[in-house]
Amino acid sequence: MWSDIFQTEKPGYFGQFGGMFIPEILRATFEELIEAFESAKTDPSFWTEYVQTMQSYSCRPTPITYLPNLSKKNGGAQIYCKREDLNQTGAHKANNVMGQGLLVKRMGKSRVIAETGAGQHGVATATMAARFGLECTIYMGALDVERQRPNVFWMEQLGAEVVAVTEGSATLKDAINAAMRDWSASMDDTHYALGTVCGPHPFPTMVSYFQSLIGQESREQILELTGRLPDRIYACVGGGSNASGLFLPFLEDEGVELVGVEAGGHGVESGAHAVRFSGGHIGVAQGYKTYFLQNPEGQMMHTHSIAAGLDYVGVGPILSHLHDEGKVRFSFATDKEVIDAVRLLIRTEGLIPALESTHGLAGLLRESSEMDEEDIVVFNLSGRGDKDIFNIAEALDDPKWREFIHQKSNEYRKASN
Amino acid sequence: MSSKLSEYLRNRLKEKKILLMTHTVVGYPSLEDNWQMLEEMQVANVDMVELQMPFSEPIADGPLFVKANQEALKNGIDWNAYFDFMRRAHKKFDFPLLLIGYYNSVFVMGHRSFCSRLAEHGASGYLLPDLPLEEMEDLHELSKEHQLNPIMMCTPTQKDTRLQSICANGSGFLYCVARKGVTGAVTKIDPMVFEFLKRCRRYSDLPLALGFGLSNGADLNHLQGHADIAVIGSALLKTWEEKGPEAYRNHLNELAEATT
Ligand SMILES: Cc1ncc(COP(=O)(O)O)c(C=O)c1O
Repeated sequence: MWSDIFQTEKPGYFGQFGGMFIPEILRATFEELIEAFESAKTDPSFWTEYVQTMQSYSCRPTPITYLPNLSKKNGGAQIYCKREDLNQTGAHKANNVMGQGLLVKRMGKSRVIAETGAGQHGVATATMAARFGLECTIYMGALDVERQRPNVFWMEQLGAEVVAVTEGSATLKDAINAAMRDWSASMDDTHYALGTVCGPHPFPTMVSYFQSLIGQESREQILELTGRLPDRIYACVGGGSNASGLFLPFLEDEGVELVGVEAGGHGVESGAHAVRFSGGHIGVAQGYKTYFLQNPEGQMMHTHSIAAGLDYVGVGPILSHLHDEGKVRFSFATDKEVIDAVRLLIRTEGLIPALESTHGLAGLLRESSEMDEEDIVVFNLSGRGDKDIFNIAEALDDPKWREFIHQKSNEYRKASN
Repeated sequence: MSSKLSEYLRNRLKEKKILLMTHTVVGYPSLEDNWQMLEEMQVANVDMVELQMPFSEPIADGPLFVKANQEALKNGIDWNAYFDFMRRAHKKFDFPLLLIGYYNSVFVMGHRSFCSRLAEHGASGYLLPDLPLEEMEDLHELSKEHQLNPIMMCTPTQKDTRLQSICANGSGFLYCVARKGVTGAVTKIDPMVFEFLKRCRRYSDLPLALGFGLSNGADLNHLQGHADIAVIGSALLKTWEEKGPEAYRNHLNELAEATT
């Protein structure tokens, strides 16, 4: 069973990665969470409720879509994508958040906090809080607040308080630190709904369980659609939750190559990127051991990606282990390749992808053109691109959009005079 | 486990009602400022000093120290600068020095190298708030070789069994965290705190330090007879930042007066 990967000698360790490097004050809270998850995990009624919630609220199962035009244009393998963009709130983040929301109800807590990079996890958490009647605070790097205004707007409309974190690099890693600090004072009534497969045990395990829906469905669906398993599957890797969710159920399928695509930013040589697997070193921060982008003295470095959701210094410990075991191959896509791929997917197939997800696509396009026409490749369209309208319009340097923004800002200026 | 550090603390306790441990983030606001702070600490007859090694992700610290860590790194403080400062301080001042920092520095440096560097530069021990008991074995072995005291942290959220194991692994003294949360916020010293200290005392004979959120002489007076050491960090840094060296000296003197 693929889930045997969680049956490790030291709980929460995957090879040498993972662990629980947390301040003592949080220990009891983590133990409470581990207990709650362990009991939920073996309780069929919990999973029934989870699956029903995902079906009725988040449109699951999401389909797999064949992309004939893109396949033809790119040459080589037949391209399919898993439609996580169709989830409630527009990304795979809903899978994890609704699962944790049901756990919060089990634990009887009244408030949730979360960190967010692209804002997708923040929106998903604020949505869950609205639905389940919980108080909600979202920590977001000040730089990401600037980059992802549409998501900030929605979080606030959903009733969440959005706290802009100015420390450090003012991105995702700093939002995680801020959430941890909140939690160490508020744990009595608050759950920290971490958004990806990072952080201390049990988050990597728990979030992987919730996200494994993606891979389970994909495996069944592609078998049904094509009569066989794919040759390669691709996913973008920020913290690594959509990748883990897609990959894990395929782990024992020998013929399926698993490819994670990290954020190449301006290129690895430039130093402005988030390519942990070629540029990083093993370390311990934010509560767990993994590959981090750090200097020789273990200080975390600044990262860069056009996609706020991939702009993170660490990576899920399960993926680090699978990388070292040679079970997942990692590559990266640069900002520029991603913008080209966004444009191509929109024009050829009428799908508007999130910048994060497009990293997976860009990695695929580079490789699948060299493959045979009988080959099958799948990428995880982890989210839709609506939230990225400002960034994509800017990257494409669209004159009409610029004019629209000018006009809007003039209207606002006049109104406030 | 009894050690030179706990002997020293017990001897000091014969002359004082409560001991005072102070703190500085090495490199913030500058090494010169740190030095001046230490000189004031010496004048105030402080009993022990924590020198924080800056780290980019200080998850157990509040806003004031987070900023101090960041600025220190911006000021170019690396391991060499840190250890050089520690050696100079060890030569010049009488109080024992502890390293306080985060585990990644130790992990990247290597356990063996960390312990020998600490010992060579005159530290009595170290405190790593993000290193749990479960991961300490190797480091504790090496610490014994180098006569270093790994300081364990007791918290009010620990169940008795855990508190007992933490205490059993303690050395030098125990660092008792007064409340939930990170460094910086104010702590009210109330019967809950005394209860918590009593729980710690039940499992260990080591001197008990209480820290997180203490700020003035009145706090120290309240703690006498309950804790052996009061730890003052953020409050002193705040005084330095907002009011300057003169006020810092007065603040230290007020604290020192409450110890005798
Ligand atoms: C659409 C989308 N995909 C991917 C990611 C990256 O996260 P992960 O690697 O955990 O899937 C994000 C993060 O915000 C996202 O919004």
